[in-house]
Amino acid sequence: MATITGIAAIGAGLAAIGAGIGIGRIGGSALESMARQPEHSSMIQTNMIIAAALVEGVALFGVVVALLQG
Amino acid sequence: MFTFSLQKFLFTFAFFALMTTTSYASKSIEEKTETYNPVPSIMHHISDSHEWHFWGEGENSFTIALPIILYTNTLHVFMSSEFHHNEDGHHVVENKGNKFVNVHGKIYLLNNGEFTTQFDENHHVKNATTPLDISITKNVASMLIGLILLLLIFVVSGVKAKKNNGAPYGLLSFLEPLVLFVRDDIVKPNIGKNYNKFLPYLLTLFFFILINNLLGLLPGSANVTGNIAITLVLSFITLIVTNISGNKSYWGHIFNPPGVPLALMPIMIPIEIVGIFTKPFALMIRLFANISAGHIIILSLISLIFMAQSGLGDLAAWSLSPVAVIFVLFMDLIEVLVAFLQAYIFTLLTSLFIGLATVEHH
Repeated sequence: MATITGIAAIGAGLAAIGAGIGIGRIGGSALESMARQPEHSSMIQTNMIIAAALVEGVALFGVVVALLQG
Repeated sequence: MFTFSLQKFLFTFAFFALMTTTSYASKSIEEKTETYNPVPSIMHHISDSHEWHFWGEGENSFTIALPIILYTNTLHVFMSSEFHHNEDGHHVVENKGNKFVNVHGKIYLLNNGEFTTQFDENHHVKNATTPLDISITKNVASMLIGLILLLLIFVVSGVKAKKNNGAPYGLLSFLEPLVLFVRDDIVKPNIGKNYNKFLPYLLTLFFFILINNLLGLLPGSANVTGNIAITLVLSFITLIVTNISGNKSYWGHIFNPPGVPLALMPIMIPIEIVGIFTKPFALMIRLFANISAGHIIILSLISLIFMAQSGLGDLAAWSLSPVAVIFVLFMDLIEVLVAFLQAYIFTLLTSLFIGLATVEHH
């Protein structure tokens, strides 16, 4: 049981790493494009949040599975 | 982008190997003392319950009794206080000739002629069935409070808005920007010119999720939007609204994807059909997991104090508590942001799905 909990925790950590890389890249590119075209920043922001939510959703699947196992 | 020298890698690997062995060594020494396990109390807070618990244990706890409503062949209504906080099935409540027990928050109906609860070796109840449970549980009570608050706020400000011709004032000056934000920044850009038909539903969705997220942050409150049944219903309504309003080109993209070779059709059509359900499913998991994770993190940070007390002593607990309290404050403020953000994202994605289903191709 303790081993399964440990592996589930590692799984949650891996999901967090994936989400971190994904959201970090989305945020970084959004900031870059906002700096280039400040007049479109509101549109970029909306799309950034949509993309971040989609990435986060997949990561949360992993966290939920890890929670159920743990 | 990622260039590792072998030497560096080996050093890191050895470092982590050393860390794990030392932590295992210290664990085997500490295991003799009983440390506080925060998981049961955190899970108790996260899940729904038949009484509204605030603090304390057993008979000394401060709880608000909520009505239990069960349907067997007749309707049974009694207060949850009749179980006297008993959750292991020993206290039997008799109502209209039927006997009920409470086992871990779930109400069981004892079979005819039975007087005590019997368990099998896996600790499942052997001699009872589950009646139809339509009780006012903690989550339902919290949702009703949210409903009353929403009605009060919006009826009062709606009446005000009708009379008012100038600049908004009072409560209205707080609500009007929010409503306009939902209309102009979420609904209008994503749905297009037919947005007026969907605006009432999307506004209700936004403010329902928002007020339940915010009520959930109050100490001692329920975890409404972190309950998967509630997010399931919300996303199910989104599924229905999206598919009922879907036009010819929406269904055409599912059952006859344009530009796809005939040989690929047996693969593409099932994928598109599954895609109808995965979008609301992701909505359900996102809201549930975000709010639940926030509650778990806040409670874990508070539990750190008690873990330090049982593992390291009173002095460690006292010195750790300011740190934990500051962390909890920090997380609580982040959760206020998350409360708004999740209401925003749920409404945004719902209006995006509706917009994709109703878009006109020329």
